[in-house]
Amino acid sequence: MDFGLNEEQTILKNETRRFLKNECPIDFVKEMIEDEKGFSPSLWKKMAELGWMGILFEERYGGTGGTFLDLSVILEEMGRVLLPGPFFSTVILGGVTIMLSDDEALKQRFLPGIASGDMIMTLALTETEGSYAIERVESIGEPRLDGYVLRGKKMFVSDAHIADYIIYPARTDQKYQSGGVSLFIVDSKREGIEITPLICLDLQRQFEVNFRDVHVLKNSMVGGEGEGLNLIQGMWPIIVTGKCCEMLGAMQQVLEMTLSYVQKRHQFGRPLSAFQAIQHYCADMAIDLECSRWITYQAAWRLSNGLPSRKEVAMAKAWSSGAFKKMTVIAHQIHGAIAFTKDYDLYLYYRYAKAGEITFGDENFHKEVVAREMDFQDQ
Amino acid sequence: MDFDFTEEQKNFREEVKDFLKSELEKGYFKPRQNAWMDELSQEFSKKMARRRWIGLTWPKEYGGQGRSYIDRMIMQEEMMKAGAPLAFHFLGDRQVGPTLIRFGSDELKKEFLPKIINAEISFCLCISEPDAGSDLASVRTTAEEKGDYYAINGQKVWTTLGHMVDFGWLLAKTNLNPNVPKHRTLSEFILDMKAPGVTVQPLINILGIHTFNEVFLDDVRIPKNRIIGERDKGFDQIMEQMVYERAGIERLMQNYPVKVCLVEYAKTTKRNGRYLWEDPLIRNTIATLEIEFNVGRILCYYVAWTIDQGKVPNYEASVCKIFCTQFEKKLSDVATQLMGLYGQVLPGSKWAPFGGIAPESYLWSPSYTLQGGTVEILKNIIALRGLKLRTK
Repeated sequence: MDFGLNEEQTILKNETRRFLKNECPIDFVKEMIEDEKGFSPSLWKKMAELGWMGILFEERYGGTGGTFLDLSVILEEMGRVLLPGPFFSTVILGGVTIMLSDDEALKQRFLPGIASGDMIMTLALTETEGSYAIERVESIGEPRLDGYVLRGKKMFVSDAHIADYIIYPARTDQKYQSGGVSLFIVDSKREGIEITPLICLDLQRQFEVNFRDVHVLKNSMVGGEGEGLNLIQGMWPIIVTGKCCEMLGAMQQVLEMTLSYVQKRHQFGRPLSAFQAIQHYCADMAIDLECSRWITYQAAWRLSNGLPSRKEVAMAKAWSSGAFKKMTVIAHQIHGAIAFTKDYDLYLYYRYAKAGEITFGDENFHKEVVAREMDFQDQ
Repeated sequence: MDFDFTEEQKNFREEVKDFLKSELEKGYFKPRQNAWMDELSQEFSKKMARRRWIGLTWPKEYGGQGRSYIDRMIMQEEMMKAGAPLAFHFLGDRQVGPTLIRFGSDELKKEFLPKIINAEISFCLCISEPDAGSDLASVRTTAEEKGDYYAINGQKVWTTLGHMVDFGWLLAKTNLNPNVPKHRTLSEFILDMKAPGVTVQPLINILGIHTFNEVFLDDVRIPKNRIIGERDKGFDQIMEQMVYERAGIERLMQNYPVKVCLVEYAKTTKRNGRYLWEDPLIRNTIATLEIEFNVGRILCYYVAWTIDQGKVPNYEASVCKIFCTQFEKKLSDVATQLMGLYGQVLPGSKWAPFGGIAPESYLWSPSYTLQGGTVEILKNIIALRGLKLRTK
């Protein structure tokens, strides 16, 4: 057992943190919330030059052939500073789908563009039901001679306003109850695509995306026909664990902000940190953080090593969802009224934690996965 | 990063499991949740000693195996799972030995370490007093130097197995100057529990079980060479020992059988025509416990790894113990609740599900978050030592 990062990962972590500290101060995050695009193309370019976008891809696709654990380290630091922009959408929701598709032509067409920072992507994972049950997709992909016509509404699609391509799951075979779902990669400028912003408490932009008879060619299918469910199930652990890593970084920041505040703020002639009630709150936050760290890294390590990880991933998200939210609630209680103002920064984490809790499966969703894993488990 | 065990460690785990299986099959012990801390079986400990499993982490020069704390945790995890009787060597192995190695004189090391490692002597802790619990520096028992011995006078309490073991690990006041800060006035000693002037009286716990004792010390003579480490430095020494006390996996694993039974109960018991396990609320509740158990287990191994890195896991062990004891409490609460009316049937009744271990554990559970440092004291440690919060 080894709970430490290796030397390269440590360097990567430190450099990522240093870079983001300079490039992504909290004022920038606030500025981006008001910004039309919600991200800075010049920062995006710099990140690509550092090799972040292609960290998971093989070198022949313009990547650096890193492991998921390497990516985890970067995601953690991004979460810490609440990095605005479509990194998660592009690299994980888009890039990993294509990476796992086993379609050489598709990989050559898209991965180098993602790695170089020239292409932004997203994945339309949910529909109006708001669930992640991809087997119940209702959007339709109607076969035509030259391709397909796509029809149906998607909800909570992240970064759709800036995405060059949207990966769109649609039912291509009505016969199967659970199968018959295929993925299509669609140029977002195609006729018939309507993108409407959702007004959410999340910091990330989310959209309602309506496909009204969008014509696509045959070669826009990702993986084989009817392979959509398999593909999504294959990448789901990476999506979920990736989110946990982001949340982990943010949790650390929340604790650090709070520790700094309680030692600066004085009441009754003493710093808040002199009061045991406050000390115990801080200890509770530290415990939640430590637990989140190791349950998350266990999942990331297993994924990185290609080990079975369904239960570990579900445990990580079930735990982190609750822990992060709890930490932000305690942090607000400790900070008092000042953090209830927009001048202060904590509310950003408070929002981020709530959105993180319900995105990619909440506590109850993942606890049911754990229970299912226990159905046949020997004690 | 690596969340797996080495091949050698996996083999070691199997070796421990095989040993336990064969002992069980031969009926050499009866599995019991508390056997690790209250069942003195010198015979069992001797068998472990022959396998060199006592003093596993001690340096080789003291007869130990010089192995990692991760290795020890693997062994301990399996022992706890099996409900093995470890009490004869437990404190000697975990606390007394390592402290002697760290602070003891050569003479004491030579006298006691081989006896501990060979399971020849057993220990209890004579540390807490009626007026010195969490506030341990307030210990009032005195050790007055007189010629070639210390005269001990005072009272100790919560002394588990004090009525049965050979030696006590004693904390007493060696400096009576009221101007010296309290935590600079204490020393540690090895106390012969059979010495004249030692009176042990039972304290019966809420289960009606006798493991605790009060120990009265009336002019007890301890030879001068049985002081451990430096005089008046006992408090710092003991604080370090306590870290190792909190660093174990006992708190998580002691109630492992309750978890196993709970899942089995839910899967095999029908209420209102369907299995409990089919009820989403119950699945959710049990999955929550399963997640918390797994989180706790990683924390335990993280603490062991931290020790193997050469650090004293002050902060880490506090986090781990708070988490694991709170888990234990919740486990027995949930288990008794889920078993419904049968959740109250205690061992001894033929109606008790799984021999009544769930309600028994529930009765024990107020003690979990108290012993070895209360949750509140541990939170203080996290805040002040781990997070280094300023108090001025």
